[in-house]
Amino acid sequence: MIKNNVNIKLGGEAGQGVESSGMGFAKAIARAGLYIFGVQDYMSRIRGGHNWYQVRVAERQLYSHEPQIQLLIAFDERTVEEHLPEVVEGGGIIYEEGFKVDEEAIKAQGVIPMPMPLLRIAEEVGGNKLMMNTAAVAAAAGVMEFDLTYIEQVIRDNFGRRKGSEIAERNIRVANAAFEEARKRYAPLFEWKLEPIPNAPKRMVINGNQALGLGALAAGCKFVASYPMTPASSLFEFMCAQARRFGIVVRQSEDEISGLLHCIGAAHAGVRAFACTSGGGFSLMVESLSLAGSTETPVVVVLAQRPGPATGLPTRTGQEDLLFALHAGHGEFPRAVLAPGTIEQCFYEMARAFNLAEKYQMPVILFTDNFLANSLRAIEPKVLDFAKVAAEIDRGKLLLPHQHEKIEAAVKDGYYRYEFTEDGISLRIPPGHPKAVYSVAGEEHLPEGFIDWEERADNRNRMVQKRMKKLEVAAQNDMRLPEFYGPEDAEVTLVCWGSSYGPVREAVDLLNQNGFRANMLHFVDIHPLDWERVADILEGCRSWVTVEGNYSGQLGQWIRMNTGLKPHGVISKYDGRPFNPVYILEHLQEVLARV
Amino acid sequence: MAVAQVSMKNLQSPVEPTWCPGCGDYGILNAVKRALVQLNLRPHEVFFVSGIGCGSKLPDYIRANGFNSLHGRPVPIAQGFKLAHHDMVVIVVDGDGDNYGIGGNHWLHAMRRNINITHIVQNNMVYGLTKGQYAPTSMKGFVSSTSPEGTIEWPINPIAIALAAGATFVARGFAGDPKHLADLIAKGIQHKGYALIDVFQPCVIFNRVNTYDWFRERIYKLEEDKSYDPHDKQMAWEKAHEWGDRIPIGIFYINEDLPTLEEQIPALAEKPLYQQEIPPKLEDLEALKLLFV
Repeated sequence: MIKNNVNIKLGGEAGQGVESSGMGFAKAIARAGLYIFGVQDYMSRIRGGHNWYQVRVAERQLYSHEPQIQLLIAFDERTVEEHLPEVVEGGGIIYEEGFKVDEEAIKAQGVIPMPMPLLRIAEEVGGNKLMMNTAAVAAAAGVMEFDLTYIEQVIRDNFGRRKGSEIAERNIRVANAAFEEARKRYAPLFEWKLEPIPNAPKRMVINGNQALGLGALAAGCKFVASYPMTPASSLFEFMCAQARRFGIVVRQSEDEISGLLHCIGAAHAGVRAFACTSGGGFSLMVESLSLAGSTETPVVVVLAQRPGPATGLPTRTGQEDLLFALHAGHGEFPRAVLAPGTIEQCFYEMARAFNLAEKYQMPVILFTDNFLANSLRAIEPKVLDFAKVAAEIDRGKLLLPHQHEKIEAAVKDGYYRYEFTEDGISLRIPPGHPKAVYSVAGEEHLPEGFIDWEERADNRNRMVQKRMKKLEVAAQNDMRLPEFYGPEDAEVTLVCWGSSYGPVREAVDLLNQNGFRANMLHFVDIHPLDWERVADILEGCRSWVTVEGNYSGQLGQWIRMNTGLKPHGVISKYDGRPFNPVYILEHLQEVLARV
Repeated sequence: MAVAQVSMKNLQSPVEPTWCPGCGDYGILNAVKRALVQLNLRPHEVFFVSGIGCGSKLPDYIRANGFNSLHGRPVPIAQGFKLAHHDMVVIVVDGDGDNYGIGGNHWLHAMRRNINITHIVQNNMVYGLTKGQYAPTSMKGFVSSTSPEGTIEWPINPIAIALAAGATFVARGFAGDPKHLADLIAKGIQHKGYALIDVFQPCVIFNRVNTYDWFRERIYKLEEDKSYDPHDKQMAWEKAHEWGDRIPIGIFYINEDLPTLEEQIPALAEKPLYQQEIPPKLEDLEALKLLFV
């Protein structure tokens, strides 16, 4: 028997409830005190096609999915065909017994076919064939001998409130029937079992976009304007759902240009604001980003990546926009670029993005991608520390128009919005106070804010230097160097950014377990950085290879541009699918062979 | 405490306009100032957002808060600002290229939202600052550097589009009549909701067709026609299409019965967004975690 260590995949057509069943199953397993990692794969269509959801289960914290699975739950025939190669020897496939499935092919691979009367149970016990999903998930619980009460709870949570508990109770009857039947038939044949951990703490089951949303709320974000775009939409929707409760203004703008401009307007009024989008929408925001740079307006943009160019693979993942975001916008202006890699980092970095934006009065771009946005983990609630975020709120040199006394004390001989200062940061008083009446401009301006109609060279030089100085100060005072995971004295260092964190971390664990000393160097802060110190770190690595979800090794290029140091290789992936630890191991061998 | 009456002098900016002598923008600036005096609005109570173009330089030429933004982009900035600080009088000043060309989509959506901003479009029917290309409002056949044989496009009809898009205050003024224009602007500011004031603004250098005289020969004031009711959208629709020997100015349409965008947002019920405490209460945040357990 293999206890609490399994990968389960559910597959079917869009509209069959693959994702909701998978997430429900993941939640039930997490409530039993186990750790989960959920990842979804779906196509850009509302019905048909092929979608899947995968849940990995263990007794320790998980950071990635694995390429091989032990139990496959097929909502359609195509799922069996498509995913049979991923099922390990001794694994099983649960499917409706009426499906036309090549059982011999399954058996030939050493996998157990587990046909089940799912349709009959759904119709006879539940009175509705739609309950086949419930039957299938319960059957999976049956073969793994997992305590069904956790699944019953999730069913009640999902259906209990909506149309009366009648639907919930019928689903529960279906679940019980399917569970018993599957256990009787297949549990004795199937090695992998799930056992609840007694007295385990309650954990949150949360994905990356939800963590970003919590981070934004914790940081006091009061304004969101965006245009829906996968994979940023779920973050936008989360903020919309919380708007009333937390007194936030959310606006669905006519396009992404307007979304960021709305945020610039709100931020200019003294409110914490963000826009979220994917690469295509970010392309539209580029002009406005430059305006935020020129007018020193603190805005946050969440750039949730998916593969391009153009519409690319709209429901898949990639890390292709790093160099784009770093250089987006005409002219030179300061910005910060952050790339959280875990759920926890999503929460804290989102909050920190607002602090950096306001402290340095510049736009901040925060990366996520389809993989991180949707990957699901179980974490302890206390890990997301709202009090800590609240204590760290830093609005920089900001005085709001209603803070009369402070403004009276601060403004003596007129207010200069872009006053030259040592650190390049000027006092920010949003419009509304009689002592601080001023006009700002995207055109090159004077310290008081007016356009410099003479276009004087000395004023231009000083303004450019003032703005760019902020990068230097931020790099010294606030930006964080990349961090290692794994043993110090490593043969090879896997260098990565953003969402690759999880798969690379697990790859490092596997390598060390197999006697190969490897570690990871993960960048959350991409720009600005103290590059001399980054160079020192990299020079201390015996060999280093970047692991990136793009074709051209963009982080490697960025490092080389700033330090002159060249990676010894790159493990890249641009097929729209996320990294997994086994993929990294396989490709590391190839890369090292070439070093 | 008695607040002194705002005067034209209070609104004087230290910056001298760079407009050409005779430019229609002088008349518009004058009218804007008169409107603020008329409504006794003090400089810190008003926020101008402009685009790019000759007329969009206006925020620098008046003592008030201003934001000179990007070509075609002031309308979304004004909306974001208004929602964050809804006590402020927010006025967009941009041009026909800004609003009827590059920013057209932003304009359409601002109108249907009925956000409480006043929008003055300086419509000179030509691109002035870029030195004389044809504009979305140039008349068919207008000869310019980018239409040397005369433009083969028909012009935008701002009044008709505004009516169709659901604007609740639609007016047209003339830079050559600042007193009348000031009155329109003041009414636009007082209007609760989105207010468009399209302004005929002669460009004395690049538009030798639509001159002061050309306009004076044609325009007449809607309010002088006693039978005209600006609450009647059908009448407004007809007048919107009147063009040629006689061109109406004044208030085409007004609808005071619709709620503004801000009034419908729960977060703004008590006080402006920028005055609200952050972060939220810790217990409210902690309660949110239960959604995920």
